[in-house]
Amino acid sequence: MANYSTNEFRSGLKVILDGDPCSIVENEFVKPGKGQAFNRVKLRNLKSGRVWERTFKSGESLEGADVIDKDMDYLYSDGEHYHFMEPDTFEQHQADSTAVGDAALWLKEQDTCVVTLYNGAPLSVTPPNHVELEIIETDPGLRGDTAQGGNKPAKLSTGAVVKVPLFLDQGEVIRVDTRTGEYLGRAKD
Amino acid sequence: MSDWRPTADLAALEKRAELLAAIRGYFNGNALEADVPCLGRDGVTDLNIDNIRAQVNGATAYLQSSPEYFLKRLLAAGSEDIYYLGKAFRGGESSNRHNPEFTLLEWYRLGWDEQQLMSEVADLLSRLVRPNQPAVHRIHYGDIFFQVTGLNPHIVELDQLQEYAGELARRSFGGETRTTCLDLIFSLAVEPALPAGLCLVDHYPACQSALAKLGEDAGGNPVALRFEAFLDGMELANGYCELTDPAELRRRFTQDITERQDQGRSAMGLDENFMAAMEHGLPDCAGVALGVDRLLMYLLGAHAINDGCAFPLN
Repeated sequence: MANYSTNEFRSGLKVILDGDPCSIVENEFVKPGKGQAFNRVKLRNLKSGRVWERTFKSGESLEGADVIDKDMDYLYSDGEHYHFMEPDTFEQHQADSTAVGDAALWLKEQDTCVVTLYNGAPLSVTPPNHVELEIIETDPGLRGDTAQGGNKPAKLSTGAVVKVPLFLDQGEVIRVDTRTGEYLGRAKD
Repeated sequence: MSDWRPTADLAALEKRAELLAAIRGYFNGNALEADVPCLGRDGVTDLNIDNIRAQVNGATAYLQSSPEYFLKRLLAAGSEDIYYLGKAFRGGESSNRHNPEFTLLEWYRLGWDEQQLMSEVADLLSRLVRPNQPAVHRIHYGDIFFQVTGLNPHIVELDQLQEYAGELARRSFGGETRTTCLDLIFSLAVEPALPAGLCLVDHYPACQSALAKLGEDAGGNPVALRFEAFLDGMELANGYCELTDPAELRRRFTQDITERQDQGRSAMGLDENFMAAMEHGLPDCAGVALGVDRLLMYLLGAHAINDGCAFPLN
């Protein structure tokens, strides 16, 4: 990969820092009139998700990281690995639970996810913003209670637990926002 | 569609025009406006300034990073007190506080030292910033640096400075020079701790003397007779009790040229016209350069330099 100099650090650029792939979040140029110029850089470590802050002398460079995002269909989990397929080439990739992380709570077979590849191997998985999942466990629904507030926990087919209105029943399919874990409504058939 | 409109709104540009007129009004009758060139045959050897090269009639020329050398040649030629209000250019500088082309006010007072000039900077700002005039603080570099870091910048060992700088930068500063470490610590830790209002910081470390004379502070530390002005923590101006000794100037420039080579930077020769003027004799004087776009930012309450610029490059 090419090297990138501090003046090329744009938000979203992928570089390697301390051996880990990172994405540039912010790059602030600081320079005393008569002094050395610096770049105060915030980078997101793509493995841990943590944001790092580093200050470089302007003109220093970092090696680019071979990181790309690809849309892939989620196929299945064999208990150890999660399997994804590129829809255009049918090429399959397997991601371990470290790469999948919390996304596992929202993975439904055939849904299209964004798989981030680092040197060709899955680094992280981003589920669709909205998914439709079946309730497999919740207290019995309270009929007619559609106007009242209040909610109850419901376990979904993926194992995720979300808060849902009291009138919902086991077996119903609901829409959930995967970024917040919030119930959005009943799925439309 | 082409985005042809000015970056700044018209009220900001009106304020800019008022500011330029007020500056010229301030110097009316006590200093001569020197309209020196923006384009010169030579650049500067300064390690931290990127000269912007131009091709003019088949020869290399440089957009001037400051009017300093031309103004000093005028002073050496016998000019009275002078000021320049116009453009200056520095490559590679771009941020909310930097543009590669910017407006600079630079002036010289014959027979003055930097302390007198600091008072004039405060006086000028008290006339330009109205009605809420900023409080004025006079601070020695060593005092504020010690207050923030617990280190005496004039005598602290290099490895201690490197360690402190490394902690701020969150990476090793092991191989860095004294002045690079000082710049980092001052920019990241000291500047944010400066009191609100106008801070006039003097007695810079000797290794940051640039073109200032050297002196001694009350504690016997060698210091540069140099000051900077900060307005609400934003660097605004840089001034010197001007170095007039041509041999010492040549020594500092030669050291810059060697370091530029060591760093693999573009080569830059000595400006021999400037050196000849210094050998002819620069009278004792003090000079200061002030960033007009930043002063305008302050007056506008703007966070970005481009809020006060009509058509910035970036």
